[in-house]
Amino acid sequence: MSKQNRRSFIKTIGLGAAAATTAAYTPFAIGGSTKKVVVIGGGMGGSVAAKYIRMMDKSVEVTLIEANKDYYTCFASNEVLSGERSLDSIKFGYGGLRGHGINVVHDKVTDIDARARKVTTASGQSFAYDRCVVSPGVDFKYDLIEGYDANVANTEIPHAWKAGAQTQMLRNQLKDMKDGGTVAICPPPNPFRCPPGPYERASQIALYLKHHKPKSKIIILDPKPGFSKMGLFTGGWERHYGYKTDDSMIEWHGTPKGSDDNVLDSVDVKTKTVTTGFNEVKADVLNIIPAQKAGKIAFTAGLTNDSGWCPVHGDTFESTIHKNIHVIGDSAIQSPLPKSGYAANSEGKVAAAAIVALLNGESAPDPTYVNTCYSVIAPGDGISVAMVYAFKDGKIIKVKGSGGLTPGKFDAKLREREQYYGYSWFDNITNDTFG
Amino acid sequence: MRNTITKSALLATGLMLSVQSSAEPTAEALGYTCAGCHGTNGASTGNAIPSLAGLSEGYLIGAMNAYREDERSSTIMGRIAKGYTEEQIESMATFFSAQPVHANINQKYDATKARAGAKLHDKYCSSCHTEAGAEPEDDAGLLSGNSKLFMKYTLADFHDGSRDMPKRMEKKMKKMLKKDPDALGKLVNYYGSGK
Repeated sequence: MSKQNRRSFIKTIGLGAAAATTAAYTPFAIGGSTKKVVVIGGGMGGSVAAKYIRMMDKSVEVTLIEANKDYYTCFASNEVLSGERSLDSIKFGYGGLRGHGINVVHDKVTDIDARARKVTTASGQSFAYDRCVVSPGVDFKYDLIEGYDANVANTEIPHAWKAGAQTQMLRNQLKDMKDGGTVAICPPPNPFRCPPGPYERASQIALYLKHHKPKSKIIILDPKPGFSKMGLFTGGWERHYGYKTDDSMIEWHGTPKGSDDNVLDSVDVKTKTVTTGFNEVKADVLNIIPAQKAGKIAFTAGLTNDSGWCPVHGDTFESTIHKNIHVIGDSAIQSPLPKSGYAANSEGKVAAAAIVALLNGESAPDPTYVNTCYSVIAPGDGISVAMVYAFKDGKIIKVKGSGGLTPGKFDAKLREREQYYGYSWFDNITNDTFG
Repeated sequence: MRNTITKSALLATGLMLSVQSSAEPTAEALGYTCAGCHGTNGASTGNAIPSLAGLSEGYLIGAMNAYREDERSSTIMGRIAKGYTEEQIESMATFFSAQPVHANINQKYDATKARAGAKLHDKYCSSCHTEAGAEPEDDAGLLSGNSKLFMKYTLADFHDGSRDMPKRMEKKMKKMLKKDPDALGKLVNYYGSGK
């Protein structure tokens, strides 16, 4: 659409809406700034979407609603467990986003009325929108594990899969543990937030134990037959933590397809004992990362399907269930993009570009996406996974020939660089999101 | 004759590419996907990943093509660059070259080494890398104000042969290191100082 056409198109639509007195909602009026976007969730997806909408079109009013005053990144939080990083170093406030003219509201969204285009909050406020971005991250299926719930996670057996207080609790428990103790990690089944995360966590905890409590062990009870970057992780564990020897600091117990060997059944909170289909392990420090589903508001607003996640159009991230609502980040069904912080960043920008175009009466532009994730197995041993994605025939696809993992063969020079590139990645993605 | 064949082969490849890639994201959209690693609009705040903002189109296209063809060693960029067509690479280069040059001035550096590095730069590097290596028209990567570790890695790669350098640079580096074996470290501190 040419500029001339676009202007006259906007004018026509604007007049039409203004003339229709019965219309409860005006898509955009002439002159005044009535292009309103409400973003729910100030994590990696929601924050970057809010910022980029403002970067692309200053005439859009953006309200970001987030319950917490600060955000702690999930990525790099494993380095807090090992003591390589402070909890403060992964904490980000919303001052930067306010600087972009975003109205940041600290409140909890209780409902989205997709027909009236209205968001209501726990404190009783309501916000009208032309387009809404929903980026609530993940919620946990506590009910699949007998004896485990949100209260236990907050007080005794942290999942620490949303960084913050639980990350600190797990760190403290590791510090208080006696040398010779057992740390049990129970990763979730697929799909879940940050696929390499549980295994980087094992690596970082092993790094701490190696230097401070060398007689201790880590047992991973995995409900899956394999995991992300598996060869790279196990190779690193062999190099640094005696993996595959009698004296290995890390034991990984997988579950063959179709079996329930290490699928978590129950936990005895008092004795920190977990029971799986085949094993019973008593731990000194226990970390249960439950199976996951879309964030609560996605269910309340009816944005999920039977899978427990939100179906979206991959080129705009607009919900296939409710119009004018875009779901991004971990809650969306975005495969082959992973549930990662970088993917949420990419999705936030694709959604932002689509929203700005649609609000201005244009069609959504062609999307492009990237994912890049770093994990640090030990100092001097960083690894990564990367991929470029495109949109073709109505679907997000991996671009053939692109992407892949750090080469398996250990190269000290490159692995050290990957560690430091990982740190720069952290600095830049957080600045791109909150700065 | 030979030339003509090559040309038409290139043309055919080009046509095939444009037919295959039905979707064409804008320069801005492509540039935005890089920001998670390279900083918003290519202005890196990390000390290992380089800034892209304000570099010349020629340099950016050359770098991406070298990564794509595995002609330049890398950790991750070879994997990323293979995801883009020539047109998309040109498009990204247009986007980043239009941004203001970004100097990362918050890096720690050794002031004594930086001063020595400034002298070395003037003597051995400045005839090609003008304005302390911050002039995009040089068609080179950003030197002063670029991420310190990236400068260290890049100079190490040139030095150990993992990356090819122009004959003239090779001669100058040899001469410089003969006189001062610590020259590379001093240059890194100078460039990292952003002065």
